Amino acid sequence: MKNRMSTSHDSPEGQGGKADRIQGQTVQWPQWIRNFLLVLLLYAVFEIPIANKDINRYYSGILIMICINIILTVSLNLVSGFLGQLVLGHAGFMSVGAYTAALFSMNSGLPENAAFPLGLLAGGLVAALFGVIIGIPALRLHGDYLAIITLGFGEIIRVLILAMPFTGGARGLTVKTMISRHPDAFFSWSFGLAALTVFTAYTFIHSRHGRAVIAIREDEIAAEASGINTTYYKLITFVFSAFLAGIAGGLYASHVGALTPVKFDFNYSTEILVMVVLGGMASITGSIISASVLTILPELLRDFSAYRMLVYSIILIIVMLFRPSGLMGEREFSMNRFVGFLRTFFSRSRRKPDSSRGDA
Amino acid sequence: MNFLSQIVNGLGIGSIYALVALGYSMVYGIVQLINFAHGDIIMVGAYVTYLVLVVGGAPLWLAVIASIAFCALAGVLIERLAYQRLLHKGAPRISLLITAIGVSIFLENLFQLLFTSSAKSMPNLFPGSPVSLGGLKISRVTAITLATSITLMILLQLLVNKTKMGKAMRATSEDTGAAKLMGIGTDRVVAFTFAIGSGLAAVGAILYCSAYPLINPYMGNLLGLKAFVAAVLGGIGSIPGAMFGGFLIGIAESLTKAAGGSQITDAVVFGILILILLFRPEGLFGHNVPEKV
Repeated sequence: MKNRMSTSHDSPEGQGGKADRIQGQTVQWPQWIRNFLLVLLLYAVFEIPIANKDINRYYSGILIMICINIILTVSLNLVSGFLGQLVLGHAGFMSVGAYTAALFSMNSGLPENAAFPLGLLAGGLVAALFGVIIGIPALRLHGDYLAIITLGFGEIIRVLILAMPFTGGARGLTVKTMISRHPDAFFSWSFGLAALTVFTAYTFIHSRHGRAVIAIREDEIAAEASGINTTYYKLITFVFSAFLAGIAGGLYASHVGALTPVKFDFNYSTEILVMVVLGGMASITGSIISASVLTILPELLRDFSAYRMLVYSIILIIVMLFRPSGLMGEREFSMNRFVGFLRTFFSRSRRKPDSSRGDA
Repeated sequence: MNFLSQIVNGLGIGSIYALVALGYSMVYGIVQLINFAHGDIIMVGAYVTYLVLVVGGAPLWLAVIASIAFCALAGVLIERLAYQRLLHKGAPRISLLITAIGVSIFLENLFQLLFTSSAKSMPNLFPGSPVSLGGLKISRVTAITLATSITLMILLQLLVNKTKMGKAMRATSEDTGAAKLMGIGTDRVVAFTFAIGSGLAAVGAILYCSAYPLINPYMGNLLGLKAFVAAVLGGIGSIPGAMFGGFLIGIAESLTKAAGGSQITDAVVFGILILILLFRPEGLFGHNVPEKV
């Protein structure tokens, strides 16, 4: 992969500087500062109205759900898009994280401000532990078999949650956390964690380790022959992905306030997969876009909710038939290219009268 | 005796799994695709039976024929519309798999729209007293299920091994490109395979409904998954393997239930799958194909 830019969250040196120089720009912002400020701006745009109660709980709830889905989608994209292994049990890791975080923050006896983040961390760690337990045997298999075995593990996790005495079984678990009653603080956490997820995923993929992961996707045997420890990198990516899914599950637990194992079934796993596939396998910004759109869309289409999954499935099939790599494919949305595009666009439209005068 | 009757129960449900597993197995053998929509074909078959039998008031034999025909048609249609383009392009298997998942979600939601998500109850398809066999009482449903599935499996085995079409199927499964060069219409063979597999699923659906007479749009989900487990267990691509795998899963399930673990039955089934995949990924009857560079 060439060095590609992401939207905003991070940035190694690259095309941006070049693009600026081409445009004759004299001031050179270090890109990470610009991107950091952009993220901060985005945060402020949503956080201020939530804090001022300008928008109600319904809308802040959607914003929080977008953040959670971004974490889930980006984490699944690491395994399915970049590592190239189809995983159908992502909701299983999420449920482990959700239950762990909920049980921890309700029973730890710590003050709320400490219990919530520690609960999230615990959720992530336990999900990562499950990732190790499942990953070591499962990653020996490839392709279809890996998909099936992760599906099997996801179902087993669900059945075990049903059977365990401390999870509330089929009746569910009511999650009482203070944080869910403060949408502004909760949004800050969700947004911060989503941004952090995107940042770590991006830097991971663009590091030496990330290149190894992509090499495994392209050709596992060749990668192994080139001295890449494929088992190690596969496991690391898998566990990292499970960890992130666990954290997203922890956020989800506080957000919905009631957990039942049914929520984390095979359908939820496929819903996350649909987000990854639509956004583009191996495109982090694609995942962000599709997670946002596919979270907002059902809310807009409330009246047609019966048709939602029907439309989803048709879109999924059509995208696979005509654009198997997803809408964004492997490309990333680039701020620099976007700015460059705007510049050329505007300079062209400014030049237009000039050229017509020249012709005359 | 109780243990023995549990085994027989297991064989009954297991033979349904086996019938469905055959569909997975044959399709996988020919196009290397886990046809996730196969489980939902069972659901389609059950609804067609319900429509013809209960809503239409037709006799059972007509319902059976209608269900088989409709499912076979649906199977071919799905292959033509959703998979063929990808198969011709030689698309990555992950795209095929995701398409299959898409088809599965589509069918489930289509039927939920058409028939609502509330379960419909089927009438008793095979009324009558239990059959007694050497002191062992077998319910009529189980007896019919076992007899039907074993007959069908023998017929299928003959079809694959003795007929010209079967030969073409085996050739396509061995090497599609070479089969094409030898003048075999591989597209037709693939369509035929989907039709046979889906028809078997329809029979499985009717037998399943006679044992568990409630149908809903999501019934194919778990049933399909378990049948798939059976196919993998026996060695995907192998007909006796699918049969054996189905019986094994059925017995394991009914024994777990008898031991008081009905809540964890699914976990046991998937646990078996995981163990098999770890220690013998090619399945009990499968051949190990080494990876080529």
